[in-house]
Amino acid sequence: MKNLQKLLWLVAIVGFVVGAYGLYDRVAHGHLDVSYGSYVPWGLWVGAYIYLVGVSAGAFLISTLVYAFGVKKLEKIGKLALFTAIIALGVSLFSIWLDLGHPERALELVLRTNFRSMMGWMIWLYSAYFVLLVVELWFALRADFVAWSARPGFVGSLARILTFGRRDVSAGAVARDKSLLRVLGSLGVPLAIAFHGGVGALFGVVGARPYWNTGLTPIMFLIGALLSGGALLTFVVLVFGPNQGSAEHRDTVVFLGQIVLGLLLLDVLLEWAEYSIGLYSAIPADVASMQLVLFGPFAWVFWGVHVGLGVVVPALVLIFRGKSPVWAGGAGLLIAITFLSVRLNIVIPGLAVPELQGLANAFTGPGLTFDYFPTLTEWLMQIWIVSTGLLAFLIGYRVLPIVTPERAGAGVMGE
Amino acid sequence: MPVATERELPSFIVANAPTDIPEDPLIRMQADLARALKKPLEQRRWVMVIDLRKCVGCSSCTVACIAENKLPPGVVYRPVLEEEIGTYPNVTRKFVPRPCMQCDNPPCVPVCPVSATYKRADGIVVIDYDVCIGCRYCIAACPYSARSFDNGRYYTSGTPQLQAYEKLPNFEYGESWDRSQGGSPIGNARKCQFCTHRLDAGMLPACVTTCIGRATYFGDANDSQALVSHLIGSPNVTRLKEEMGTEPKVYYLV
Repeated sequence: MKNLQKLLWLVAIVGFVVGAYGLYDRVAHGHLDVSYGSYVPWGLWVGAYIYLVGVSAGAFLISTLVYAFGVKKLEKIGKLALFTAIIALGVSLFSIWLDLGHPERALELVLRTNFRSMMGWMIWLYSAYFVLLVVELWFALRADFVAWSARPGFVGSLARILTFGRRDVSAGAVARDKSLLRVLGSLGVPLAIAFHGGVGALFGVVGARPYWNTGLTPIMFLIGALLSGGALLTFVVLVFGPNQGSAEHRDTVVFLGQIVLGLLLLDVLLEWAEYSIGLYSAIPADVASMQLVLFGPFAWVFWGVHVGLGVVVPALVLIFRGKSPVWAGGAGLLIAITFLSVRLNIVIPGLAVPELQGLANAFTGPGLTFDYFPTLTEWLMQIWIVSTGLLAFLIGYRVLPIVTPERAGAGVMGE
Repeated sequence: MPVATERELPSFIVANAPTDIPEDPLIRMQADLARALKKPLEQRRWVMVIDLRKCVGCSSCTVACIAENKLPPGVVYRPVLEEEIGTYPNVTRKFVPRPCMQCDNPPCVPVCPVSATYKRADGIVVIDYDVCIGCRYCIAACPYSARSFDNGRYYTSGTPQLQAYEKLPNFEYGESWDRSQGGSPIGNARKCQFCTHRLDAGMLPACVTTCIGRATYFGDANDSQALVSHLIGSPNVTRLKEEMGTEPKVYYLV
């Protein structure tokens, strides 16, 4: 797995360098070189935002299996799950921040929140979630910071600073940490459901868009979050998890793979419910978006990327090769990456159908079209943001005690 | 040279001048407007009436609006929707100008996370350009696609010279908005506001005055003497997507 880590470093650095042009273009020229506009106001960046924030919620909810529900099998990867959730949250919020027409006014969201707007709620829920993640990760790492304080060099100094002077690692202190973690994890469950269900509701409440306007939308967001977050975590644990090569590591990856398979099937069930009921109603304006997804110019995204690579292939792998951690982790990566297509297929087709007959040709121009495909700038900036997040993850993995085989071993002996 | 007055006209012209010329609706609506402006804001209820039987689909309202509000590419407040009905040779075309409906229950207002968009006391839905963060949630929430996003484009960019007239400020909401420095309304949602800046100056909205077929009417529906009050009382009046309960204040005569 060391080679895969090296490959990820390469991917992150290349993405960071190449994608920088997208960031430059966005910062220097604003919203000039983008494909979204007046008729399709949201595009790749919004799709990536709901995708990544879902990954964060999913990874976090899996961490709560450890901290709130005490699932022993996943105990060693709790910190990794929390760390993944923080990185995914940061990447997602950065995406949506630069998507704003006026990013410099983001503080207005706090200063003059309109609580009638789902988006108004989001800023507070995200802030609460971010604080909870940081505090929870700190408590999960505190004893490791103390242990790493003895190390020489930068890593040791950093660990010393991050203990914030709380160096007590007696059994009593560690037990206190653990019960605090249980409280935080338990608080986190409703919070994660609230904020990601809230993202779903943000779309669900828009009566003007029948494709979004169903009670199933927030639920699908949540299940999708668990699926994409769990799938990514399966891959992350395969590559970065503790005690690699041990039976324990293998069992953890395989166990996560089985959870992901269950979530995948549940997600397919919900998708079937949404599409079969939606299409059956057969009111042309209401089914226009679904027909666009299934038979429109980007039908290959649904059938090829999502159904083929995101459902059928990984499901077969998890069913027939699920006992192998490499196959399970690979299936996880495939689900996690292709899940972006699911999120894009929520955002764009909901908007890419004219609300009034004759609008498409009434007055045309850039942004006054119902055809949307991300521009190079949009792709590159998104690549830059994700690569930056990946770099942050890789650096954090090196300098923070996210994965500590020696302590993990000690923990096993202690119990 | 002195201007000829009626008294100086030859008597046979004065004698034969038609006396039954109906008053131009614009003259009447200007009088209606002047009356409405004497009332406090909250007692006015602006409505627009568009007679689809008179609309010839010339799009001069679209163009007048673009000129008045100096709209850039990608931003349009009042497109004219065109629909072809029937198959050749039994075919007609229907034109539906679509300004902002200024809904009484506007779906765009509650979704704004920072309350930058709101309904004024006189019913016009406006946007505070200085507050709008450009999230575009309101654009997604409008059932009439009546909101635009200003990406910051210019019609003459990419030509040898960006023309000076494109960099002139516009006067929406009675303020001077200078896009040339990259500030608002670039990056904002934008919409038709019934030309509030013109109303404040006692003028009808640009689309109303420019309509060559006199197909667009405007006035205060709280004034029983206003032309629009008579028109919206007719049985052949309809509104777009009535079933949504948005209560548009733009009426169509069909």
